[in-house]
Amino acid sequence: MNEKEDRLQRLTAVRPRLVSFALMHLRDRNQAEDAVQEAMMSAIEKSESFAGRSGYETWVFGILKYKILDAMRAQKRHGRWQPLEDEGDDDAIDRQFQQNGRWRVDARPSSWGEPEAAFESELFWQVFDACMIALPDNAARVFSLRELMGLSTEEICRELGIKENNCWVILHRARLRLRACIGKGWLEEKAP
Amino acid sequence: MMMCKEATRLMSLKQDRPLTFQERLSLRLHLSLCGACRECDRQFTLLHEAGRRFGPEHDPDQDDDRP
Repeated sequence: MNEKEDRLQRLTAVRPRLVSFALMHLRDRNQAEDAVQEAMMSAIEKSESFAGRSGYETWVFGILKYKILDAMRAQKRHGRWQPLEDEGDDDAIDRQFQQNGRWRVDARPSSWGEPEAAFESELFWQVFDACMIALPDNAARVFSLRELMGLSTEEICRELGIKENNCWVILHRARLRLRACIGKGWLEEKAP
Repeated sequence: MMMCKEATRLMSLKQDRPLTFQERLSLRLHLSLCGACRECDRQFTLLHEAGRRFGPEHDPDQDDDRP
């Protein structure tokens, strides 16, 4: 197989992962598919500029990141986002803590087992995926930029025009929601 | 003494920036006394790691291949 065919095949294979990655940031299937389409096209066009220092898939993800950031900016510009400062509801916190700041009995964290075992389990990733989808849009966007894309909170604030403090609050709530959701799905399925 | 809710704020913050000496100290003290929070701390760390694995493998050389 020549190099070009090999890369096309690898692109096709990685496509579903690219789409779910984009979906977590963009929260819209069509826009996610579009961003992936554009990234794949530009990967094919710029194939020569792939220097081969990192894996080909990693390189394609790198291209996709820029497409996602562009699409997010456009969403924001077109007023498709709720105001980021307006994260009024403290549901995530109220549902897990008592008035005095201790865990509620039904929300106390219990062990998820070894991280490696979780990462190797397809079920874990299904639950992770479902819980990401269930997050409120803004929480999911900020969490994705931070943990999936690996931006610093400083970069996220610059990108979204919010204060860093705001960003930390959003991330704290997003993590609490995710841990509650994953805990439910993962543990109940694992040990029914 | 810091309560669990506040402790989870620091656990989350820890994933995003280095904690100050004071923050580290109070978190460590709380974790040494609270098993539920130790689990929560592991879960936040696992979420961080899961995020990294969800995307591409993180590769320090990746920036060189920027299109």
